[in-house]
Amino acid sequence: MNTTLLDLQQENQGVLKRILNTPSLLVGSIMFLLLIGVAVFAPFITPFEPSEQNLYAILQPPSSEHWLGTDQLGRDLFTRLIYAARTDLKIMVLAEIIPFCTGIFLGMLAGYYGKWVDTVISLVTDTFIAFPFYLIVIIVAFASGAGQKGIYITFILVGWIVFARVTRGLSASFRKQEWVASAQTMGIPGVKIILRHLLPNVLPQAVVVLMTDMVGLLVAIVTLGYLGIGIAPPTPDWGTMISDGQSFITTAWWLSAVPGIAVVYTGIALSLVGDGLADLWRRK
Amino acid sequence: MKTALQIEDLTVKYGEFTALDKVSLAIQPHTTLGLVGESGSGKSTLARVIAGLIAPSDGQVLLGSQVLGKKRSREQHKDIQMIFQNPDSSLNPKHTIRQILSEGLLFHKVVDRAGVEQRCKELLDRVHLDERALGRYPHQFSGGQRQRIAIARALSVEPSVIIADEPTSALDVSVQRSMLELFSTLKSELNLTMLFISHDLGVIHAISDIVAVMKQGQLVEVNPKDQFFSRPETSYSRELLSAVPKMPISITTGGLS
Repeated sequence: MNTTLLDLQQENQGVLKRILNTPSLLVGSIMFLLLIGVAVFAPFITPFEPSEQNLYAILQPPSSEHWLGTDQLGRDLFTRLIYAARTDLKIMVLAEIIPFCTGIFLGMLAGYYGKWVDTVISLVTDTFIAFPFYLIVIIVAFASGAGQKGIYITFILVGWIVFARVTRGLSASFRKQEWVASAQTMGIPGVKIILRHLLPNVLPQAVVVLMTDMVGLLVAIVTLGYLGIGIAPPTPDWGTMISDGQSFITTAWWLSAVPGIAVVYTGIALSLVGDGLADLWRRK
Repeated sequence: MKTALQIEDLTVKYGEFTALDKVSLAIQPHTTLGLVGESGSGKSTLARVIAGLIAPSDGQVLLGSQVLGKKRSREQHKDIQMIFQNPDSSLNPKHTIRQILSEGLLFHKVVDRAGVEQRCKELLDRVHLDERALGRYPHQFSGGQRQRIAIARALSVEPSVIIADEPTSALDVSVQRSMLELFSTLKSELNLTMLFISHDLGVIHAISDIVAVMKQGQLVEVNPKDQFFSRPETSYSRELLSAVPKMPISITTGGLS
């Protein structure tokens, strides 16, 4: 018999081309990369220091020297804004790493093994879900003192749940697929099946969830800052900036508005990225 | 001759429902046993019990002279491989063909790491696929090609018994034919021992040496192919045979060789 020639189906389109064909992903990525770029290169972008005060030039409106004006202590608002992006984005990304990994892994364990493993993991997730997120954040923040620590601890405690729930459902449905049965017939051990077979299949969905989850986390960081139990001054943070500017809302409204807009901007960027990725992977 | 695979009083119950009811069966080395029966008769359950995917409620499976327990050894896992019905779902969509074929090779140390690439190509060649397939993903292939890849994967670990659970049912008729030809070639070239499950008597006729018939979880007849097709023993077998749609040239005598 002749070798069956593969009909040369279109080779995988280049990754770049596929991104270009997904406008939401493209726009979101550009917005987010821009933000990261500004945060990373903050010291090169602005000549001022974030806590550099100038009491002779307080509450100035935007000018060519101070692009977004100055605050009540004469600090350059634009400088504080981009340094705050550094603080808040850094916490947002770092706080997600551990919950993302543990959530995916626990979810896959529960979904793949089912039975008592699933019962135990589901029991824990259901217990945590019963408490409102902000209640836990505020309790932990008070217990651990103001600062970033509270956010990290809370997120390690409860951040994994959303990922576990998503990957549990997916893994439970993949478990019934014949490619899993085939690996089992081969004798491949369960943990290897989870890591090698299930992980690449649940990861796209988990990344999409990660994007929306980061938006929620950012809002939480900012909220804590606003309430005064998050990032402690003088470290710049969008939340404290909003609350500091509140007293001058009638005379210098931009003090609160600008960091607020920054939060919204980040939220839109991440949502677009998440949406775009979901689109991209669905189409394939 | 020693039997390759023996099943003794195998029973599987799901609550009240009995999927397999004291099934006993033996497959001789280098023969193909064709298992027929309507859907729900327990064919796939039997296949999955033999493959170790379902634990039986009662009875045992013997591979050669070893009893296959609940926890199988690595070697025992290697010895029985299965080809599934639906090629759309039997290959991991996120793995390349190279990953799919090399997994068993590496896990069971069939060849060393340096020999994997060469062996993968040989396996593809066995199932008449181009070696360029290695870097691609399952979705880039047709159903028939995917089924060939699944066959290559099953062959990769050099099993002593292959279970094919309706391997042609999800394919177009034209593809079915070439798939059967492939099975026949592999059978004679590799001296395979096979349990071939199908509800299609034409397919069973083309591939089997022995035919076994299942009905409602029980084995009702086991006979050599020629005897089964010419002088079926039970009324149920006669019923099955008469249910085959008649064509100008009878399927049962034309056959595929």
